[in-house]
Amino acid sequence: MKAVSAVAAANTAAPGTARPKKSSFWKVALRNRYLYAMSLPFVIWVFVFSYYPLWGWLIAFQRWKPGKSIWEQKWVGFDQFKTLFHDDLFYQVMRNTLAMSLMGLVAVFTVPILFAVMLNEFKSMFFKRAVQTISYLPHFVSWAVATSIITRMLSSDNGVVNDVLMALGLIREPVQWMGQGHLFWGIVTVSDVWKETGWNAIIYLAAMAGIGPELYEAAKVDGASRLRQIWHITLPGIRSTIIVLLILSIGHLISIGFEKQFLLGNNLVRDYSQVLDLYSLQYGLQMSRYSFGTAINIFNSVVSVILLFAANGLFKRITKESIM
Amino acid sequence: MAAKRMTRGAPLSDRVLDAVIVIVMLFVVIVTLYPFLNVLALSFNDSTDSVRGGITIIPREFTLKNYSIIFSFSGLVTGFKISVLRTVVGTILGLISASMLAYTLARPDFQGRKFVSTYLAITMYVSAGLIPFYLLIKDLHMMNTFAVYVLPGLVSAFNVFIIRSFIDGIPYALQESAKIDGANDFTIYWRVVLPMSTPALATIALFLAVGQWNAWFDTFLYNGSSDNLTTLQYELTKVLLSTTSGNNGDYRNTNITQVLATVSPESVKMAITIVVTVPILLVYPFLQRYFVKGMTLGAVKG
Repeated sequence: MKAVSAVAAANTAAPGTARPKKSSFWKVALRNRYLYAMSLPFVIWVFVFSYYPLWGWLIAFQRWKPGKSIWEQKWVGFDQFKTLFHDDLFYQVMRNTLAMSLMGLVAVFTVPILFAVMLNEFKSMFFKRAVQTISYLPHFVSWAVATSIITRMLSSDNGVVNDVLMALGLIREPVQWMGQGHLFWGIVTVSDVWKETGWNAIIYLAAMAGIGPELYEAAKVDGASRLRQIWHITLPGIRSTIIVLLILSIGHLISIGFEKQFLLGNNLVRDYSQVLDLYSLQYGLQMSRYSFGTAINIFNSVVSVILLFAANGLFKRITKESIM
Repeated sequence: MAAKRMTRGAPLSDRVLDAVIVIVMLFVVIVTLYPFLNVLALSFNDSTDSVRGGITIIPREFTLKNYSIIFSFSGLVTGFKISVLRTVVGTILGLISASMLAYTLARPDFQGRKFVSTYLAITMYVSAGLIPFYLLIKDLHMMNTFAVYVLPGLVSAFNVFIIRSFIDGIPYALQESAKIDGANDFTIYWRVVLPMSTPALATIALFLAVGQWNAWFDTFLYNGSSDNLTTLQYELTKVLLSTTSGNNGDYRNTNITQVLATVSPESVKMAITIVVTVPILLVYPFLQRYFVKGMTLGAVKG
């Protein structure tokens, strides 16, 4: 297997240098004392900030009131989840989340591959570098900056998108891009493509750089056109990278975050911009319905893990590639 | 030479392909650069003149007024200081934690290696979520502190694994010979492994710095009510949220709202956008030669 994700790398054992001499655990531990001193503080750190908050999941089964400890709260079983599944807004939020993440999965996944393939066909090293460097510029700006730029470009007064479309005669009058719910999903997806295409292409370009040039030479001798070379050499060459990244993105399908939706959305497009994390923020935190909000968080985590394992299992069966 | 030979004898389809690629790449370059240059031009253009439209990438009526206005906001000056501080402190602390953990994980003779790897990997997939985390921060009395910017996210499993796979690529014999010379594990880390890991460290430094510089949500969530801990990105989001159509003033805008009433909010927004963008763009050419290498290290093993 050529492509291994960072995670997988962590799980595969490094070349074991088993000591020939059998020494007791404590003897080795004493010898490892510096290594322990260097890792234990951070292990504790991770416990506090990543594992300990998992206890907080218990409050999803309570009617949590501030000021009392977690054991003094009233236990209500699955009531919060029942409320959640009976809330019409929840289904709207799920619809928006799934719509945007599926659109994102398709676009933000395929466009960088296409971009990388095209860039790889560039003969001039100088232009290749230049285009690549420019392409990942938007990745480095925050969503706050990106939002400011995107709303400017889409603005109905003097926004360049409207100007260009009018000059081309495609529209008669400026479109209120940010004020129409049914356009919101598309705007989020296109913004994401704009921001991340160059950055996401880096991995594919690196994988392509690893393909042996003799394969292309042989294909050329056989008279294969460049398109055929792409189809039969380049794409198969990055196949395992594609699959590993696809599995990882499926795992994150419903936890798509909320930054772009929060910053790009407004009250006019609310019905289309509300996503799961925002729902948890607004109906859980800002209204102090902590238990209800936590139920949403749990739902999110559980679905993510199920999706990750499902995607992993599916691809393991079909393509013999997996991340675990 | 090779390129020339290829084009001359190339079939028509290959030449069409070349043309398509060049057109697409030009499109990519324009679509990526134009918005930034347009915003830059607008930020330097007189705000009443900008309303007339037609500004492309060159200011029509050059002025520094928009910048002098935003730098008179006390919030923005504080924001700038806090943003720089959290970026520097967060990057240094993050580098120390990631490199130390990565080093111990890359040591085949370390007992805790397997446990710590798995323990860290789990955190990449399971997280408690917004509300339990918020309650934890509250219980730790980290609300309205600077610490909330750098401490909760100190250890990132992803960064650890990237540095670790880089260290794995350094011949282990170097560490062993240092050991024979009498160096202890910490000295090996500090004197042997760290100096050799510069490309990986530079990559992670960039990730950390960009993450710190661009973060606004932690300010919004934990420090929104303390004016002296606000960050630059948060100031920008405040302006954004207060000028977006349909949003009402849920978000505290101390002096910004008053100023926005006197000039075009659009120009001020553009000037702030530039101030927020420029520092991070200044950093990245320096680290660029490292990060492409480093990015791929974590993902592709040749």
